[in-house]
Amino acid sequence: MEITFQTVMSQVMLGLNNGVFYAILSLGLAVIFGLLNIVNFAHGALYMLGAYVALLGYTTLGPLIGMPDFHLNYWAALLVAPMVVGALGMAIERTMLRRLYKFDHLYGLLLTFGLALIIQGVFTNFFNVSGDPYDAKPEILNGAVSLGFMMFPKYRLWVIVISLAVCFGTWFVIERTKLGSYLRAGTENPELVKAFGVNVPLMITLTYGYGVGLAAFAGVLAAPIYSVSPVMGAEMIITVFAVVVIGGMGSIMGAIVTGLLLGVVEGFTKVVYAPASSTVIFLIMVVVLLVKPAGLFGRES
Amino acid sequence: MKKGLVTACAVAALAALATSSFGAGISDGVVKIGVLTDMSGVYSTLGGKGTQVGVEMAVKDFGGKVLGKPIVVIGADHQNKADIASAKAREWFDNEKVDMITGLLNSGCALAVQKVAGEKKRITMNTGAASTDLTNSACTPYSVHYVYDTYALGKVTAEAVVPNGGNTWFFLTADYAFGHSLEANTTKFVTKLGGKVLGSVRHPLATSDFSSYLLQAQASGAKIIGLANAGGDTTNAIKQAREFGIDKKGQKLVGLLIFDTDIKSLGLKVAQGMQFTSGFYWDRDKASRDFSKRFYAIHKAMPTMDQAGAYSATMNYLKAIKAAGTDDPDAVMAKLKSMDVSDFFAVHGKIRADGRMVHDMYLMEVKKPAESKGEWDLLKIVKTVPANQAFMPLAESTCSQVKK
Repeated sequence: MEITFQTVMSQVMLGLNNGVFYAILSLGLAVIFGLLNIVNFAHGALYMLGAYVALLGYTTLGPLIGMPDFHLNYWAALLVAPMVVGALGMAIERTMLRRLYKFDHLYGLLLTFGLALIIQGVFTNFFNVSGDPYDAKPEILNGAVSLGFMMFPKYRLWVIVISLAVCFGTWFVIERTKLGSYLRAGTENPELVKAFGVNVPLMITLTYGYGVGLAAFAGVLAAPIYSVSPVMGAEMIITVFAVVVIGGMGSIMGAIVTGLLLGVVEGFTKVVYAPASSTVIFLIMVVVLLVKPAGLFGRES
Repeated sequence: MKKGLVTACAVAALAALATSSFGAGISDGVVKIGVLTDMSGVYSTLGGKGTQVGVEMAVKDFGGKVLGKPIVVIGADHQNKADIASAKAREWFDNEKVDMITGLLNSGCALAVQKVAGEKKRITMNTGAASTDLTNSACTPYSVHYVYDTYALGKVTAEAVVPNGGNTWFFLTADYAFGHSLEANTTKFVTKLGGKVLGSVRHPLATSDFSSYLLQAQASGAKIIGLANAGGDTTNAIKQAREFGIDKKGQKLVGLLIFDTDIKSLGLKVAQGMQFTSGFYWDRDKASRDFSKRFYAIHKAMPTMDQAGAYSATMNYLKAIKAAGTDDPDAVMAKLKSMDVSDFFAVHGKIRADGRMVHDMYLMEVKKPAESKGEWDLLKIVKTVPANQAFMPLAESTCSQVKK
């Protein structure tokens, strides 16, 4: 394919589209790692759960509660799915993760990885691995708009806009508000913050809930584009971890910017040499680790 | 009474001797069938546990015993990794007394297992994988390729599409043995029928976003975008093509390998009108419907061609053992290659010297939502392609088992 202005711009848009998913997922990971010191390998499975909450809310919930005409619509799912999955996440944090804070990172990683395998295994058992269709895309987001250089589906444009808003909103809260300063202080020195009368354990639980809620939010956004399938998270999570490592573990802005950038890089690879598109991110990861081991935006500790 | 029994035994022994010069009876007191396939990954819905259900049904219908010895079914997940698949096969042959392996979705895994089985002189009856290498360069005296292959898929579909104006093609190809084989075979027929292939792009297995590839296909100006991939890759590509309105601009998507489960995944609204090639459809005739309803009662889904094929392959394997009077692989293969395969699954079936089971293939079309009368009422058979026209002629096979 020849490289023209038009193809470059099209690939930038498509890359951004994938990039916002990387950004929003790695943002959740960065928040959780930054504040809880947990490498949350269950993130992909919770992203998948978010999509399934939307799907089942639309197709199965109504008949289940005896109201066959009830369908959880897309806009409601955008709120409900993160809350349901966030609540599940908080339960996981309270009952399991909490016991691991005093140990090495590795234990949290193993626990969440095991959880991911269990959740994915259960869903593989009950659902079509090729995916199920999610037909609740709102009418207003159907069709495409002309961007001058290409016709771009309205829905994807919406995904880019809302994801960027959520990402930068999160960054703003954590880095620029009083609540965020409590959070950051709570991780630096929990004893001292407790002494000021702040309920640190509750704060940590809520943070984990918010982090996985972000994953579920991304899952709902993805549902109308991709097939909702039990393996959708597993396919995504490895790439997202590479994004977090490249951006710098725990760096909020690093996660967002790196996610977007790598989406675009991957998009270009698909045009230049497609077979390398699934490896290019890992190549970059290797180079970054060699040159700047703490990641592009990470602080050397 | 006693005398009668002795005579009967003698007759049975004589009969066994007469039918087989390879030594009679069942080795190690059991016939063991291994289902080795993708049980948890991208292909597990179209194969997976359902394939094992098919095999178990066949064993039960056969009576659970052959020549007085029990039949045992075991299953394992090869995780779509060729090294795991071949290690498992080796373990099964060496330690578990497995006599035959079936399933074997994913051409990469299938080729690896078939090689091990050939070395160990054990039978593989492949119902899942598609690559034509299985009956050509990689064939062994013990390999059977049962359901479909990339030659038949490419030929039947190209013959339906190219003469109807679809004469320029662009391929989106899954970047591994299966995709390459499917693209190469389809290209051959497109060119032969006077069509032209304008380009192709190879994407990694399990790609979630196809938009970039679709734009490349669009820019090529080809009338047909051929999908040389399977499962989730195919459904994602089709869905996203609709999203970008590619079909509205005169370009048509043609899936070269599509299973019922993929149509369920797409929904009839998106998939309607698509044509593709299949080796089986549950709603073909009374026999296939009867089987499929029994299968549904156990598995809660209608059988795909892989799952139905696994039943048929197992059933005919057991029949061959009974007819041969032994489970000796050479004797069983000789029987399998001499008998006719005709059941709810295969029409005009015959296993050739190269291991290819030829049978009628079908050109399918996805129904419109209004035509569908139930959850699994998805397709109609547009054309039946006779066994001798659908598959690669034996004369063209490069398999070492074919005498020239």
